[in-house]
Amino acid sequence: MVLSGVKKNDKCRIKQVMGGGYARKRLYELGLNSGAELKMVKNDFGPIIVSMSGSKLAIGRGLASHIVVERD
Amino acid sequence: MQNIALVGNPNSGKTTLFNVLTGSNQHVGNWPGVTVEKKEGSFKHKGALYNVVDLPGTYSLGAYSEDELVARDFIVKGNPDVVINVVDSTNLERNLYLTTQLLEMGANVVVALNMMDEAESKKIKISTDDLSEALGVPVVSTVAAKRKGIEELIEGTLRAMDQKPRKIVFTYGKEIDEEISKLRSLLKEESLPYPEDWTALKLLEGDQEMLSIVDGMDKVKAHLESLHSDNVDYELDIVDKRYAYVNGITKKCVVKPDEEIITTTDRIDKVLTSRLFGLPIFGLIMYLVFQLTFVVGSDFLGGYVETAIGLFGELVEGLLVSIGSPDWLISFIIEGFVGGVGAVLVFVPLIMVLYFFLAILEDTGYMARAAYIMDGVMRAVGLHGKTFISMIVGFGCNVPGIMATRTLENKKDRMIAILINPFMSCGARLPIYLVFIAAFFPDKGGLVLFIIYALGIGMALLMGKIFSKTLFIGESSHFIMELPPYRLPSPSSVVRDMWEKVWDFVKRAGTVIFAVVALLWVLSVLPMGVEPYSQESILGRIGEFISPLFAPAGFGTWQASVSLFAGIAAKEAVVAVLGMVYAGVSEGSELVTAIRGSFTTLSAVSFLVMTLLYTPCAAVIATVKKETNSYKWAAFMAIYPFVLAWVLAVLVYQIGSLMGF
Ligand SMILES: Nc1nc2c(ncn2[C@@H]2O[C@H](COP(=O)(O)OP(=O)(O)O)[C@@H](O)[C@H]2O)c(=O)[nH]1
Ligand SMILES: [Mg+2]
Repeated sequence: MVLSGVKKNDKCRIKQVMGGGYARKRLYELGLNSGAELKMVKNDFGPIIVSMSGSKLAIGRGLASHIVVERD
Repeated sequence: MQNIALVGNPNSGKTTLFNVLTGSNQHVGNWPGVTVEKKEGSFKHKGALYNVVDLPGTYSLGAYSEDELVARDFIVKGNPDVVINVVDSTNLERNLYLTTQLLEMGANVVVALNMMDEAESKKIKISTDDLSEALGVPVVSTVAAKRKGIEELIEGTLRAMDQKPRKIVFTYGKEIDEEISKLRSLLKEESLPYPEDWTALKLLEGDQEMLSIVDGMDKVKAHLESLHSDNVDYELDIVDKRYAYVNGITKKCVVKPDEEIITTTDRIDKVLTSRLFGLPIFGLIMYLVFQLTFVVGSDFLGGYVETAIGLFGELVEGLLVSIGSPDWLISFIIEGFVGGVGAVLVFVPLIMVLYFFLAILEDTGYMARAAYIMDGVMRAVGLHGKTFISMIVGFGCNVPGIMATRTLENKKDRMIAILINPFMSCGARLPIYLVFIAAFFPDKGGLVLFIIYALGIGMALLMGKIFSKTLFIGESSHFIMELPPYRLPSPSSVVRDMWEKVWDFVKRAGTVIFAVVALLWVLSVLPMGVEPYSQESILGRIGEFISPLFAPAGFGTWQASVSLFAGIAAKEAVVAVLGMVYAGVSEGSELVTAIRGSFTTLSAVSFLVMTLLYTPCAAVIATVKKETNSYKWAAFMAIYPFVLAWVLAVLVYQIGSLMGF
C-alpha cells in the first residue's frame, strides 16, 4: 500500500519510494528511506503529517502516494 | 584569531547558542555575492578572542538551495578551525546524518547535543561518552536556551582546535568504495577547490555543483558518462549507507522509551492544524496581531516618539536660529530632515510591535503550521504551500520575502512566488495606512489594517492563479516540511530579532529616506525664489505633470502624485513626502489634519489600494533582477503591479462615487 492510504495512528515501514524525481533524495536525506518506521499523525485534508523518531513531517498528498509502505 | 562555525538542522538551536556565546558582540551582514543573511560575532575566553559564524540551517550538505550552498562553502572553503555541529538530541537519527557529512568532509567537528532538557522529558537517554567514541569527536550536552553546558562546550571546542578528529573510516560498501578510489585517482591529476575524496563521493551522488566543477576534465567526465550509460546510480545508496551508519551508532548510544509519549505539541496541533479550526484560528491570530500592533504600537507608544520628534525639532530650530544660520539651512533641516525623516520615525513603535509578534510566531514554531494550513488554499490557486512562508516574511520586507523563495526547488513555483511577493504589504507601507487610518478611520484601525493586508494576500493568490495558468504552466513541486515542536520563545531572542529589523528600518530612515528627502527638498525650493513646497516648485510641477493620471482614481492632486512617485524609491518616502508637502514641519497630528482636508473617505480608500499594490520599491526591483537574473522580469515587476493597482483604484473610486460615497 502507499503512505497516503495509511490511517491515522497506524504505524508503517517504508518499502520503497517510487519516482518523485527531485523530491526523492530530499525524502531520503530527511530519513524517509527504506526501512524507516513512521506513524501517521494526520491524514484528512491537505498534506499528511507523519511522525518519525520523534519529529513531525508534513508531506504533500501527491508525494505520499509515491511512497510504498507495509504495515507493521 | 580562531574561527568557529555553527552548523545544524533548522530549529536545532544554533542561533540561540550563537547568542549565548557572543552576547552582544555580533553583527548581521550578507554573504558575499548572495543575499543570505550572515551572522557573525566573537567571544573572549581566557584572554583569547574567538570568531563565531552562525550558518544557515540545513538538513544535509547537498546543494539544493542557496542556504545549503552557503553553509557548505563556508565549511570547505572558509576553513573554520572548528565546526560546532548543533544537534537536536530528541532526534539524533536525523540530526546525525548531517554530522556524518561533516565528518566525510574532514571538518574539525564538535557535537553539541542541544535540547537535552527536552530529551530528558521524553525519557531519551544518550551516552555522550559512547557517542564521542563512535564519532571520534568531542560530544557535549547543552541546553542553549538555559545556558547550560556552555563552559563545557567551549572547553570541547578548544580541545578540538588542538587535535584533529580521529579519522573515521567510512565504508559505503565495496562497490561504491572502489568507485570512489577510481575517481580519486583521476581527480588527482586535476586542480580542485575541494578535497579529492569528497569530490569523488559527491560526484557519485550526482551533485550539481561538483559536476559543473569537473565539466572541463575530460577523463573524469568520460568515466562518469560510462557509469551513467551502464545505468549505475549510487545517489540513494550513499544516503542509505550514511543512515545505516547513523542507525548503528544510535542503537549503541541512545535508549528511547518504547511508546512515544504524547507531547504538548501533539495536543496543541490537534487544534491548530485541524481541518475545522485550523484556518479560522490562523485568521484570528493574524487579526489579533494587527489589532495588538495598533493598540500597543500607536496608542501606548506612538505618542512618545511624536512628542520627542516635535521637541527635537524645536530644540534644533532654536539652536540654528541662535547661531544665526541662514534661512535655507533652517528650512532644509527642519522641513526636510526633521519633517521628512521624522514622519517616518514616528512609526518605529508600531513597526517594532509588528515585528515583535512576527518573531514570536516564528520562534514558537507556528509559522510552519501556517504554511501547512495554507497549503490547501495555495494548491487550489496553483501555488506551492511553502510560498506562504515567503509571503509572511514579506510582511516584514519584500526583499527577504523574495529571498525566502529560494527554499522552493522548482523554477516555476519560485518565479510565481517572487512575482506575487510585493503584494504582501511590507513594514515600510504601514506608515501610509496609519496616517490615513488616523485621518479617516480612527476607531477601526485594527480592522482596516487587517482588511488591507487581506486584500494584499487575496491579490497575491489571484495573480498566482493567473500566472500558473498563463506564464508558468506545469506541476508544482512536492511539499515536504518539518513541523518543529512548539517551544516557548526566549524573550531575549525575540527582542533581538525584533531589534535587528527595527534597527534596519531606522538605518534606512537615516540613509535612503534621508537621501530621497534631501533630493525632494532641493526640488521643492527650486527654481530660486519660489515658495518652498508650492505648486510652482519643480517638485510641484512634476506632481502637476503626473496628476492627471490619478484623477480618475480620485487623488489627482500634485501632492499625492509626487508622494507616489517618491514611493518608488522607498515606500517610507510616501509619508515623508506627504509630511513635507502638506504639513511642512510634520508632527504626525498636523499631517493627519492636512490629509483629512485634502482627501475624501472614498479617495483615501482608493489611495490606500494604490499604495498597497503599485510598483514595489527600487530595492525590491533590484532584488528581482538579482534573483531571476533577468532585466525582463525586473521590468515586469515594476510595471504590472502599477497597472493592476491603477485599475483597481479607479474601479474603487468610480464605483464608490456611483454608489454615492
Ligand atoms: N527546550 C529547549 N529549547 C531550546 C534550546 N535551544 C534553543 N531552544 C529553542 O528552540 C527554538 C529554535 O532555536 P533557534 O536558536 O532559533 O534554532 P536555529 O533554527 O537552529 O537557529 C527557539 O524557540 C529556542 O528558544 C534548548 O536547549 N532547549
Ligand atoms: Mg537560526
